[in-house]
Amino acid sequence: MKKKRLASIFLSLALTAGVMAGCGGQKETSSSSGGGGGDTIKIGANLELSGGVASFGQSIAEGLELALEEINKEGINGKKLELVKVDNKSDAAEATNGAIKLVSQDKVAAIIGAATSTNTLAQVQVAQDNKIPLITPTGTNPTITNKDGKVNDFVFRTCFIDPFQGTVAAKFAINDLKVKNAAVLIDSSSDYSKGLSAAFKEAFEKEGGKIVAEEAYVAKDTDFRATLTRIKSANPEFIFLPGYYEEVGLIVKQARELGINVPIMGGDGWDSPKLVEIAGKDPLNNTFITNHYSSNDPDQKIQDFVKAFKAKYNKSPDAFSALGYDTAYFLADAIKRAGSTDPEKIKDALAKTKDLALVSGTLTLDKNHDPVKSATILEYKDGQQQFKTKVNP
Amino acid sequence: MELIQQLVNGISLGSIYALIALGYTMVYGIVRLINFAHGDVFMIGSFVGFYAVTSFHVGFFPALLLAMVSCAILGVCIERIAYKPLRNATKIAVLITAIGVSLLIEYGTIYLRGAQPEAYPSTVLPDKKIEVLGVTVNSQSLLILGVSIVLMILLQFIVHKTKIGKAMRAVSHDAEAARLMGINVDNTISATFAIGSALAGAAGVIFGIYYTKIDPLMGIIPGLKAFVAAVLGGIGIIPGAMVGGLMLGVIESLVSGLGYSLWRDGVAFIILILILIFRPAGLFGKNVREKV
Repeated sequence: MKKKRLASIFLSLALTAGVMAGCGGQKETSSSSGGGGGDTIKIGANLELSGGVASFGQSIAEGLELALEEINKEGINGKKLELVKVDNKSDAAEATNGAIKLVSQDKVAAIIGAATSTNTLAQVQVAQDNKIPLITPTGTNPTITNKDGKVNDFVFRTCFIDPFQGTVAAKFAINDLKVKNAAVLIDSSSDYSKGLSAAFKEAFEKEGGKIVAEEAYVAKDTDFRATLTRIKSANPEFIFLPGYYEEVGLIVKQARELGINVPIMGGDGWDSPKLVEIAGKDPLNNTFITNHYSSNDPDQKIQDFVKAFKAKYNKSPDAFSALGYDTAYFLADAIKRAGSTDPEKIKDALAKTKDLALVSGTLTLDKNHDPVKSATILEYKDGQQQFKTKVNP
Repeated sequence: MELIQQLVNGISLGSIYALIALGYTMVYGIVRLINFAHGDVFMIGSFVGFYAVTSFHVGFFPALLLAMVSCAILGVCIERIAYKPLRNATKIAVLITAIGVSLLIEYGTIYLRGAQPEAYPSTVLPDKKIEVLGVTVNSQSLLILGVSIVLMILLQFIVHKTKIGKAMRAVSHDAEAARLMGINVDNTISATFAIGSALAGAAGVIFGIYYTKIDPLMGIIPGLKAFVAAVLGGIGIIPGAMVGGLMLGVIESLVSGLGYSLWRDGVAFIILILILIFRPAGLFGKNVREKV
């Protein structure tokens, strides 16, 4: 018995030593090739690969990988891009940890991520402090790039910002749907949802509309019937619901069950195949979203991308995949123009991006590092997204 | 009219809490153990039902039965592996183990199948809207309420009228004395876990059908709410769990209905604290001496 225990202690010590040795070795190799010294340029991707909005992170990762495959056929200035992925589990604290790991351990030249505004904001300080460019493919909150009038010089994005999405939705409701009053239902645990609703309310009231009810929920709730009953009694002609697909799916389903049949509209946070599964096809009729692009758009560049994506993954790309794909090209273009892997030079090149033709539109950065490009409005019909109209800024 | 609709909303939400609380309170009543893994057994039940429906294309009742049986087995395994060795340990040790088991089940499930949510197919049960005087009642919420009541009556019957129920009550009263009287205490406790977990499994399937979305961390909040419901009614008392669950659901709906939807969870836990301060035995705690 005693012998056995001794043997097991010895064995576990030996194993621990082995694991530690393994770690040390790995670290050595990574630091020697890090920072772009060798033939590869390391790019970090800090994405929601699991957790509440995993579908966003996974879609972006697929777009990124497709783009890198294409870019690496030729390489950039003789070098290839290498993607180092970390999973932030859809959690802000994990996102910060992930960014620190990418910067200090993997020594990446730039970070791509995260998918949501909240998880991107959690990385901004790390990027600024370490002077590493951070590009969020889909973080739409304005404070990501510009906080209190001061531009975060290392932070960029590939998508348009919340006020734009909210304003587009308000104009669409008044001009196209001809509604006079609206209810707003927001996810009070999300910066994204709050940002969109603030912009919507401002634009909607400016255009002569009236907000008749304002309610809130928190992410991970499952029962919204009480709140929806309250909204129903206010008799709105339109509901603005800027949330993420998991809760939105449940809300739309429960709203229709309670007999709320008015149009419901949201933003790009709805864009996931899971939404249709959760809400069901019928309840989603008469709902609209503002989005970055539509795979039904006849534009040649979009159709080429859709074809390449389908060939690789055997499914149609959503907006997150498109923006992930665009982000890789956005960064690659800047590295090419910078002619260097120095993060400072990449940053300067990123800031000067102008008229870059991408899948989600022609990208020109304004002084806040925010792209100026068009928004697409989609309508759900029998569970399918239909291209409705394109709105320019 | 809005008030009546809110009551209806609250009762359907509360039936789910009640269904989970029944298993919770039963296990506590017999072994004096707060099984924090109960909410996760509920989650497993939901997934078993989901895979039964989507992969094997079975109907509602076979799926429900399969989930109940799998959860019963899981419950017995948890009891045998995690709790039995600690039978004579301090209460706090068992409580910490329960939390450990809960995390193990949650993250074990994420490891096995990923964290992405699944949506229950809408074809499992017909979903009809019934309108009475402007109040919308969902046929599925009537089903949940019905199932909860039937299971509660069945549970009362098992506990008070059968041999195993007698053994349970004896063990709950004094395990040592019961053992001396020739009752197999280990088997009785296992049976308790089997029944409690089967109830959680049933609740999981019904929750999946009613709310569509299921994910590996879905058991946490309903589990906590069911705990509050059980304490509210008097932990260990079966009708207490039922009433506590329904009350909690109605209170939450009314809080949301007044426009304080963000306070909903807060109110649930304030109730828990108030009950613990003023009526630690729960609403039904005084009259019933035998806690089963």
